[in-house]
Amino acid sequence: MNDDLVASLDNIGLSYDQGAHFILRNVTLSLRRGEFVALLGPSGVGKSTLLRVVMGLTVPLEGAVHEVSAAPDPRRRKNALVFQDARLIPWRSVAANVAFGLEGLALTRQEKQDRIESALRLVGLTAEADRWPRKLSGGQRQRVGVARALTVDPDLLLMDEPFGALDPITRHTLQDELLKIWEQTHKTILFVTHDIEEALKLATRIVVLAGAPAKIAGCLNVTAEMKEAESVPFKQAVLQLRSMIAGVSVNTAR
Amino acid sequence: MIRKVSHRRHILLSAVGLIVFFSGWQFAVTSGVLPSGMVPAPGTLWPAWLDEVRSGFWQQAICDSLTHYVLGLLIGSVFGAFLGILCGMLELLDGLLEGVIRLLRPVPGLAWVPFAILWFGLNTAGATFVIAISVFWINFYAAYGAVKSVDPELYELAAAFGHGRFLAGLFKITLPASAPGIMAGLRTGLGQGWMSVVAAELFGVPGIGARMMQASSLLATDVVVVYMLTMALLYALTDFLFGFVRRYVLRWQV
Ligand SMILES: Nc1ncnc2c1ncn2[C@@H]1O[C@H](COP(=O)(O)OP(=O)(O)OP(=O)(O)O)[C@@H](O)[C@H]1O
Ligand SMILES: [Mg+2]
Repeated sequence: MNDDLVASLDNIGLSYDQGAHFILRNVTLSLRRGEFVALLGPSGVGKSTLLRVVMGLTVPLEGAVHEVSAAPDPRRRKNALVFQDARLIPWRSVAANVAFGLEGLALTRQEKQDRIESALRLVGLTAEADRWPRKLSGGQRQRVGVARALTVDPDLLLMDEPFGALDPITRHTLQDELLKIWEQTHKTILFVTHDIEEALKLATRIVVLAGAPAKIAGCLNVTAEMKEAESVPFKQAVLQLRSMIAGVSVNTAR
Repeated sequence: MIRKVSHRRHILLSAVGLIVFFSGWQFAVTSGVLPSGMVPAPGTLWPAWLDEVRSGFWQQAICDSLTHYVLGLLIGSVFGAFLGILCGMLELLDGLLEGVIRLLRPVPGLAWVPFAILWFGLNTAGATFVIAISVFWINFYAAYGAVKSVDPELYELAAAFGHGRFLAGLFKITLPASAPGIMAGLRTGLGQGWMSVVAAELFGVPGIGARMMQASSLLATDVVVVYMLTMALLYALTDFLFGFVRRYVLRWQV
């Protein structure tokens, strides 16, 4: 099954102060092609930091990230990140923001145009292509962030609490849309959240990051029954995940 | 809609203010509150202006000063913004130049006049030099500050989508992100440039400033005021025209 891997994290240890104080320690995680993994953890535990490590934006002090991909492809990027804060470029129109990741890839102008259009169609923003980010709603901004990540056709799509700052109605809509996009594109997704219900709704597998320094405190394969809100398996899964999150913090407190 | 109405009101108010100012001034002179030898009445400005136009002095002075102004502004703005951007980007250059900048910055444009005469002579080049220096600093600091305050998260975004820090960073992030600050510097320089025109022409390079000095040595205060108003109008015109450029470049801000 090893050829099914997209990326693996091998004993990642990360510190912002040369090892005096670790944020992440012994974090080991494998991502298989096509799975939707939710990385669940309390606020401030190091979820965004871990995504930055996977993206190569932060170099870990210990361990390594292995990307299992075929020959490097100049028409795609290995990873793409949807930021917690959307992080659109204010001086670029929606379409130009989506184009940002394509610049530098070996694509013709027409191919770029096609990718931008299909990404915008996927997130339902075709009509907003020429608008400025500052005129968009919070939900629309996150959609642009998703489209921008999808255009580079990544092996691994990393999403950092993309819907965390949205109102519940918009959040549910975007969750449903994301599931549709996942079904259409078969992308491998690592989705960060601190919301247990969101993790259960979206993911095929949930990985809990907890403790200080943070490590993988538990793992849960999500079954179809667990996705039925208020069903018994759902409630059991919620309890199990809660204890995974709490268990480690209790251990380290001692 | 609301903005438009208040904008129109704004223009109306400032027109009213101007009318009150000039009629108050006229009244003060004719009633003898202000001695007419000291202050020319607004009514005398018109014939004074007509005299200047008929003799061709006015057109010639504007032509000369515009040449100094445009050249000095261009040179000072381009070099100032360029060096400011470089210093903002390169720690090494910033450190190297810091002492020199602290040394030269407080020297007012006027103090450069002797050197301007020495190095270039009483000609266009000399006047241009004095204007360029005073405009240089404004643009230097505006660009420097703008580059320094670019949101580091935008560089992280660029890195996440595979764009290099230096060239791609400069053109995709640094320059557009600091455009508002650089434009503000250019605009301030536009005003400062006109102020320096007088200093630059103080010692006899022909132009509006020189003509003002000639008139004042003959106590022809009406002619002096004609050129003061001329300069104010030229400033208003250049600022107005620059407004179009600025609004176009920063159209994403509205
Ligand atoms: N650049 C940095 N320098 C120093 N410390 C940092 C830096 N970035 C994050 N941290 C610290 O690392 C820890 C983890 O931060 P991180 O942003 O990864 O948390 P998170 O799990 O994403 O939290 P949230 O759910 O609130 O987004 C926090 O204690 C934070 O203060
Ligand atoms: Mg975070």
